[in-house]
Amino acid sequence: MKVDLITSLYVFMLAAFIGFEVIRRVSPLLHTPLMSLTNALDAIAVVGAIILAGKSETRMSTILGTIAIVAATSNIVGGFIITDRMLKMFKASKAPKS
Amino acid sequence: MIIGQHFIEVTYLIATALFILSLKWLSSPVTARRGVWAGEIGMALAIIGTLFYKGIVDYKWIGIALVLGVIIGVPLGNVAMTAVPQRTALSHAFGALCVTLVGTAEFYLRTPDVPKFTMSVLSLEVILGSLTFTGSLMAAGKLQEVLPQRPITYKGQNFVNLGMLAVAIVIAVLLVLDPSRTALYPAMIVISLLFGVMMIIPIGGADMPTVISLLNSYAGLSAAAMGFVLESKLLIVAGALDGASGFILSVNMSKAMNRSFSNVLFGAFGQVQAAAATAQEARPVRSASAEEAAAILSAANRVVIVPGYGMAVAQAQHRVRELYDALTKRGVDVKFGIHPVAGRMPGHMNVLLAEADIPYDKLLDMDEANPDFPQTDVALIIGANDVTNPAARSDVSSPIYGMPILDVDKARTVMVIKRSMNPGFAGIDNPLYYLDNTLMLFGDAKAFVGNIVKELSGASAAHG
Repeated sequence: MKVDLITSLYVFMLAAFIGFEVIRRVSPLLHTPLMSLTNALDAIAVVGAIILAGKSETRMSTILGTIAIVAATSNIVGGFIITDRMLKMFKASKAPKS
Repeated sequence: MIIGQHFIEVTYLIATALFILSLKWLSSPVTARRGVWAGEIGMALAIIGTLFYKGIVDYKWIGIALVLGVIIGVPLGNVAMTAVPQRTALSHAFGALCVTLVGTAEFYLRTPDVPKFTMSVLSLEVILGSLTFTGSLMAAGKLQEVLPQRPITYKGQNFVNLGMLAVAIVIAVLLVLDPSRTALYPAMIVISLLFGVMMIIPIGGADMPTVISLLNSYAGLSAAAMGFVLESKLLIVAGALDGASGFILSVNMSKAMNRSFSNVLFGAFGQVQAAAATAQEARPVRSASAEEAAAILSAANRVVIVPGYGMAVAQAQHRVRELYDALTKRGVDVKFGIHPVAGRMPGHMNVLLAEADIPYDKLLDMDEANPDFPQTDVALIIGANDVTNPAARSDVSSPIYGMPILDVDKARTVMVIKRSMNPGFAGIDNPLYYLDNTLMLFGDAKAFVGNIVKELSGASAAHG
């Protein structure tokens, strides 16, 4: 899984640009769900924690990894649930606008 | 084994694409829920792929932790909508905790053979992670009102804070130069944790939207740094997306409060000093009863309601919905004008009004609402104060001078529901209340709106 450093920097730069362009288009109406959704996506850090907890190198790394999985998983689950709950509430007017 | 590794990489690649699509679909309420599903599928794929990682020798703790995470996550996903700001702050804390713990474990596993670049990003990861962890906990505590909400300031605060940050960075540099200095590592963490607390101490409630956005950005950046440490492109992308999102929201919020971005970056929040209480001579205000307010509202063609945090505190959003229904039934055009920093986090008011079943196309942001005010018969302000203060446009000496506001004073009639004439949280007098076209409606927001609704329905019964 060795990734070239400069490749990683390119990935970061491109992702940041995409992020700016995509998120600039999110209506202010949905800024709260935006934050809860990006928070859930950010909890993808769980993959690092899973590997750490699973590779059982030292007792400390296993404990830290386990706590990290709990923290990240609760963000994933809670973040997706609340985002969906919020988005479900946004409804357009029934009658078309004049 | 080779196939296994490729399988993981492919799941990560698909997850990355789905995450970007997820945010793209969030651009409109019509496609937004699809965005959540895309995110969920991407996340599930990435987690399943990771479980096939060949280095994993023991699944016991992973399984226990995943189950525990679900048990904690479900109630956190089902909090009341009014509690969303503190839930969000708490989830920033959890995210930062995860990143900090993984970074710490990686440091102790790898020391003393840590390449300089890895050690640099690892330091960035854990410094940002630690300060975001305690900072977000503090913010959540203030929002939940278990901590005092008043900003606490003292002389030399910025000096102390920047000094602490500087010390943490110096330690990081020493560790980069020689990663075998393991005794320094805990010091770096402790100082960063402390910095997170000190950073939030001077923050008041009105600054929370900016702070939450900034903490969001930090959480994202620390996750991206973790991606560099673990050499995971998926993490780099997810962190960059989250960091960009938090950054954009922070810039929006600081613009909406007329703070420069550097002012925000250096944590100099809560600097709006309570205005010297000069305008204390009793100026006359006009007040009105619910009956009079109902009469004016029902005679109007166009009404713009401006909600603020006070509406959330009074839990008045469902009464506001009844008012919206009653007026709409009479043919009144009712819209909502929402300031970017109304409430305690970006978009907070929209969520509360959507929960009360108000159609989202009636919710206007500041740029959409302002051109409409001169043609508006009644601007009804519920629990908002500073964001409607015309002094921000005209009075150079006002602490909020220059802050973009909703131009409610341009409406034919302004009605303000307010408990009393006490100035708002920031302690700034609002000249709006003394204008000739302003009517003060004194009382609790929920009760007063309820009374107006009662008057409206009573009147329609009399007519019908």
